[in-house]
Amino acid sequence: MQTADNLGQYRKQLAEALENTFQRKALDNFAVAYRDGRDANFAGIDRDHLIESIGTAKDAAMARLDELFEEFCQKAGAAGAKVHFAGSDVEANEIISQIAAENNCSRIVKSKSMTAEETLLNHFLENRGYEVIETDLGEWIIQLRHEGPSHMVMPAIHLSRNEVSRLFSEVTGKQQDPDIEKLVKVARRELRQRFVSADMGISGANFAIAETGTLGIVSNEGNVRLVTTMPRVHVALVGIDKLIPTVSEALQVLKGLPRNATGQAITSYVTWITGANPSAASGSGRKIMHIVFLDNGRSALAKDPVFSQALRCVRCGACANVCPIYRLVGGHAYGHIYIGAIGLILTYFFHGRDKDKNLIENCLNCQACKQVCVAGIDLPRLIREVHTMVEHGGKKPVLSSLAGFVLKRRPLFHALLRSGRYAQKPVTGNTAYMRHLPQMFFRDHGFKDLPALAKKPFRDQWDPAPFSPARPEYRVALFSGCLQDFVYPEQLLSGLQLLAGGRIEVVFVRQQGCCGLPLYMLGEHEAAADLAAWNIGNMDPGDYDYILTFCASCGSHMKENYPHLLAKHPGAGVRARQFAEKVIDFSSFVMRMGLGEDQEARPEKTRAAYHAPCHLCRGMGVRQPPRDLLERAGYEYVAHGEEETCCGLGGTYSFKFPEISATILDKKLSAVAETRADILVTDCPGCVMQLRGGAKKQKRPFAVLHMAEAIAGKKP
Amino acid sequence: MNRSERTAQFTQKARAVSATVKTVATMDEALAHAVDVCAQKQACAILASGCEHALSDPAEELCGLKQWEKLIAAPNLKERDAQSLASLCRPAGIGLIQRGLAAYAGGIDVGLTLADFAISETGTLVINCPDEDLRLATMISEVHVAVLNAGDIYADSYDIADKLAAFFAKSDYTAFITGASRTADIERVLTLGVHGPLDLHVLIIDGQSSL
Ligand code: SF4
Ligand code: SF4
Repeated sequence: MQTADNLGQYRKQLAEALENTFQRKALDNFAVAYRDGRDANFAGIDRDHLIESIGTAKDAAMARLDELFEEFCQKAGAAGAKVHFAGSDVEANEIISQIAAENNCSRIVKSKSMTAEETLLNHFLENRGYEVIETDLGEWIIQLRHEGPSHMVMPAIHLSRNEVSRLFSEVTGKQQDPDIEKLVKVARRELRQRFVSADMGISGANFAIAETGTLGIVSNEGNVRLVTTMPRVHVALVGIDKLIPTVSEALQVLKGLPRNATGQAITSYVTWITGANPSAASGSGRKIMHIVFLDNGRSALAKDPVFSQALRCVRCGACANVCPIYRLVGGHAYGHIYIGAIGLILTYFFHGRDKDKNLIENCLNCQACKQVCVAGIDLPRLIREVHTMVEHGGKKPVLSSLAGFVLKRRPLFHALLRSGRYAQKPVTGNTAYMRHLPQMFFRDHGFKDLPALAKKPFRDQWDPAPFSPARPEYRVALFSGCLQDFVYPEQLLSGLQLLAGGRIEVVFVRQQGCCGLPLYMLGEHEAAADLAAWNIGNMDPGDYDYILTFCASCGSHMKENYPHLLAKHPGAGVRARQFAEKVIDFSSFVMRMGLGEDQEARPEKTRAAYHAPCHLCRGMGVRQPPRDLLERAGYEYVAHGEEETCCGLGGTYSFKFPEISATILDKKLSAVAETRADILVTDCPGCVMQLRGGAKKQKRPFAVLHMAEAIAGKKP
Repeated sequence: MNRSERTAQFTQKARAVSATVKTVATMDEALAHAVDVCAQKQACAILASGCEHALSDPAEELCGLKQWEKLIAAPNLKERDAQSLASLCRPAGIGLIQRGLAAYAGGIDVGLTLADFAISETGTLVINCPDEDLRLATMISEVHVAVLNAGDIYADSYDIADKLAAFFAKSDYTAFITGASRTADIERVLTLGVHGPLDLHVLIIDGQSSL
């Protein structure tokens, strides 16, 4: 739950979460287990194809929600269910409370429903004097603790057996051992009598199949079946985004959901309910069956050109499982009611700007969530889009002059300085600030050493002579990126040695600007679009075979985001696509061109660990080339489990949330240390800054190198 | 996949989620197995699962409600099979009920049911159970014994989409059941038998192999 008024308070909440050692350990174990098990979960299944088809099926369904709703009403109605439509959360709660009143119900048993969490249904019903008992074990535990879920699938993952045994001792009035098997049995018996005495059951649903008017509900514990069978009244509260046209499509989603959620091929139970079934407890012999569809902004969302894909979500929880921030702070600090990446997005729409305004800042843009989403939602992009709306309070962004500002003074950090929240005053060319990174503006940032600006930027050292063959085989535009141009020119210079005097012409266009990613991250999409157009205008994709960059962040931004940013500008979208097609990272380029193959083998084997930049492995989908390159360059490549975990930089992120950034960094460096590596190599100057700064501060025994430095054999 | 491959895959997948799977030649053999399971269930037969623990008073009362004899519930057997089962139960001192299961919410030892189909890809049973007693037999029994014809095992859920749609064409309750009831809600430790059966047995009648 989000109660913080401002970022400071939110950071306090995060700091407390970081202190919670049990939760930290539990989530860490889970993150590793989930990551390691995921491929096996999809064994024998074409995962990419499945994800794509789920996305397509859900999109098609969302495009005709009204129709599906009509069809569902008709079919479910014919089978004896009464279907309701609730425009808002309050309306849904009112309808359900009304049903309870009309049928003289007082005791309610409930199975898990995120939709009911969304509307805070329990509070509403309890305030009206109803007894509501959660029957999913985890939900029951957190209900007894008066908490919200900390994970969509495992609501009580933050609690230990000791905490549960203390709680159960209180509830039963008898001492309970912290033995999990026994605690589960206690819950079984305690809750069984609640099922017997309840007169109403409330469930959610994972599917609402229009062609038959059927609800589909997945569960492992079997409580859903009791909730929907034993009491005489059943009310299902269902988001209208759960509507799906056919049985086959529901079965398709069912192939992905449990596999991605808990690693099961299928849950223990899938319950399919159509209309009103026989019920001994009901006077009429038939169940009193109500289905309440909740809109709460969903139909409008379904029509939104950008955000409609958020409705594809099947609530598998995986986007939290892989998020490096969730892994540290858990769901209470990383969500309001919906948690994880999708929570950052849905909170804005379902619970408002205020609840989301701090949360939405807390994302590294590491893309791990996007890669794992079983519905193929581009979560990081939607997070950025919500961020823009939060920043501008829903108003149209007007800061395009910022683009001009960044263009005139290219260093990346000017963009950071404009992030007014941290800047004490606007900075214009004060040399003291120019010489060093603006750490004075960022409190609590002592966890890593920050580099100074280079004495001579790359642009002042660039000499085109060695890169101008008479008859070039390839013509390549070098995109330097601010960080390498102004802070780490040696990375470019050493890498370029491999190309010197060869068959490749390298062109460095001086007019190139910042790629625009920092602005994009700050929510300044118009300014970012201006920069994209500027760079494409200066490096016409028609003139070059490749746009080469040594910076994975610039690369993935240009490849992935430029086409989106310029999609609506007539003509520019096409050029952006062409430009994006030609963008290539350093490692892939070197491998593709077969460069540096003639290097002498290194006499003694140097152990090289690798850090895969988020923007390279997920952003650009480049995985194998850097590893192959290390091997080819004569290093002994030593793998480790955290290779693809974010380094914690996330652009401006590390300045906003230094404690989390530092903890993520520490985890990474420790994993590298375990490999006894001599060097840690990566493909992004941002990652170098973060990792090298941390390794230096912590006096780690390995050097951190950009790939270009590593294969040119130079140590800084 | 042919029939024996489907049977093999079903068996493997169901066992992977800790179900007991056995091939039997005839329905009579299946009935005998169910009675056997119930008879051997001695140790915990007197108490519904959980009753041995310290409980709140209302929960204790429910435990007290359970009759002190072992019970098999078999709501959807054919008349002939029900009679055979009854004649096996009597000498073993086991009660047999076919209707009114809701009165036994405290716990039934064994629920014996027929399954309509199975899906071998996931080791899943499909039981069409709009009948409330049938439903309850698969929910409140401590051991669920399901009898399945090998000929009703399909490779993939898509293969039974039409059959499901036919079930759903009127008011209906259909269950996919894969293994016993389970939870990992406390410290992610897998525990069997939360709200549903603690154990699932699947008895496959393979008509072909008995030829
Ligand atoms: S992009 Fe990374 S940090 Fe952001 S929500 Fe997704 S997984 Fe978490
Ligand atoms: S957004 Fe994707 S990964 Fe996250 S819960 Fe929804 S379906 Fe799962």
